[in-house]
Amino acid sequence: MGHYLNIIIRAVFIENLPLSLFLGMCTFLAISKKVKTAMGLGLAVLIIMVVTVPINNLILTHLLQPGALAWAGYPKIDLTFLGLLVYIGVIAAVVQILEMVLDRFVPALYNTLGIYLPLLTVNCAILGAALFMVERHYTFLESTAYGFGAGGGFFLAVVALAGIREKLEYADPPAGLRGLGLSFIIAGLMAMAFMGLSGLEV
Amino acid sequence: MNWLNNLLDKAAPHFQPEGRLRRWYPLFEAADSFVMGSNRRTSTAPHIRDSMDLKRIMVLVVMALLPCVFMALWNTGYQANSALAGLGISTPPGWRGALMAHIGCDPQNFWSNILHGGLYFLPVYLVSLTVGGLWECVFNIIRGHEMSEAFLVTSLLFALILPPAIPLWQVAVGISFGVVFAKEVFGGVGRNFMNPALAARAFVFFAYPAQMSGDLVWTAVDGLSRATPLTTLAAATHGSNAVNALNITWMQAFMGVIPGSMGETSTLACLLGAVFLLITGVASWRIMLAMLSGGAAMTVGFQLMGSAVNPMFAVPFHWHLVLGGFAFGLVFMATDPVSAPHTQAGQWIYGLLIGALAILIRVANPAFPEGVMLAILLGNVFAPLFDYFVLAANIRRRKLRYGG
Repeated sequence: MGHYLNIIIRAVFIENLPLSLFLGMCTFLAISKKVKTAMGLGLAVLIIMVVTVPINNLILTHLLQPGALAWAGYPKIDLTFLGLLVYIGVIAAVVQILEMVLDRFVPALYNTLGIYLPLLTVNCAILGAALFMVERHYTFLESTAYGFGAGGGFFLAVVALAGIREKLEYADPPAGLRGLGLSFIIAGLMAMAFMGLSGLEV
Repeated sequence: MNWLNNLLDKAAPHFQPEGRLRRWYPLFEAADSFVMGSNRRTSTAPHIRDSMDLKRIMVLVVMALLPCVFMALWNTGYQANSALAGLGISTPPGWRGALMAHIGCDPQNFWSNILHGGLYFLPVYLVSLTVGGLWECVFNIIRGHEMSEAFLVTSLLFALILPPAIPLWQVAVGISFGVVFAKEVFGGVGRNFMNPALAARAFVFFAYPAQMSGDLVWTAVDGLSRATPLTTLAAATHGSNAVNALNITWMQAFMGVIPGSMGETSTLACLLGAVFLLITGVASWRIMLAMLSGGAAMTVGFQLMGSAVNPMFAVPFHWHLVLGGFAFGLVFMATDPVSAPHTQAGQWIYGLLIGALAILIRVANPAFPEGVMLAILLGNVFAPLFDYFVLAANIRRRKLRYGG
């Protein structure tokens, strides 16, 4: 249990996807004007990661890995070169399903997320989580924990950024920095604060 | 003072929107309000009758910092002088040594300590003040804002949390980052979300680790290696009580006669400042109390958990309080009214979070022996969120009570 908790804490705080590894920047910066929308987006990313990382893990161990197809009588086949294609395919499918679910049950959120919802398919943070899972040789349970932690880290970061940006509605930045420019600076300052947790031993 | 008043009154028309020196109005306004009171009146509602304004608050904070400034002068000199005495050197090399040769470096001599400390603290402070002030002037003149006294606090705080042996150009780089990127890009004082002095400190800490950490920088003597008590603690061998590894008593640490950042070693000085800030009502007692409780709870948690390899787990809270920057951060940094939450419930959560994180980073993060600064920065990042949720809960409750 402690081992899985460790993976979650590492993924949320120490290897935070947007703030320590700078993955998934486009959605991170684009959907963070309002805390409410940011929470919706964070939740969507969290769900997608919790679902896709373990699914990709199953596919990897039972279909792609060298020797994984031994159950079908092909012990020598190594399909890992198909990895990228398959992971993205799984992510695209899950995003499609989520899109339909949101459209049906939470149309308000569906409309505010707009183009960024289908774009989650090509969000590098989500693919990044799958690739980290491969690189670190996580087991099924470990990858579930990692998906949860990575998504939770994204959720935390995007909601915190949205909170700061809502507060900064009263700010008076120089004209050239309004909007996205200021968000980049905020994200940088946030990343600097998060550096305090790098190297934490849990 | 009449002649000064006349002089300013005579110069005033030139700085008005149609005057020929209108571009320089922020500088004139700064000089005018520095020496004279303001006769400006608000013409529209709301009218708040209170003697507190931004200028008064900032000057009160500067006054609360005076004990720390005094300790920065004395203790920096005392540490340097006693280190020199221990090495058997009468005067250090360099221009400071040439000056100190006239009175001698004697750790027992009060004035020698003050002077020697001043030779280290004042250059750092002056660089912080002029370089930061310059940026402030540039932004204010171009954007037509008025100068704010808040900068006096930022520059002083920044100088106080630096190690004595820091190169002056790093001070300049740090304060430039703090003033420009943590404050002025957001539109100046009151509009930022992160404490500019802390952002500056964190920036130089990560950018120049060689000059900002390790054992060489904490005593103002070239090449002398002397660990801060926190580093000693982290390196202590396990088995005995880790605090015994320190060759200082709790009282010494409380008074601040230990190596460390210039202004933050003395818990007593911070305590005096805290009393002053609480009486004048400038700082929030909620944040201070919450941060204390958060730190204490975390320490007790670590003690109960125990560790076979990490001696920091067993350090009791009254030691955590007097070592490093915990007290200084508690009194002067966490309570910054701009970057802290504005709701009362938010302030409680914020203080608890910072206290717990500070101890967590100290104990469980071998990369950084000190965690208060980074904990407060993280607190700043999440502060707007606390306010948001407290407000949302309040709105929900009132809707229920009065029927939406």
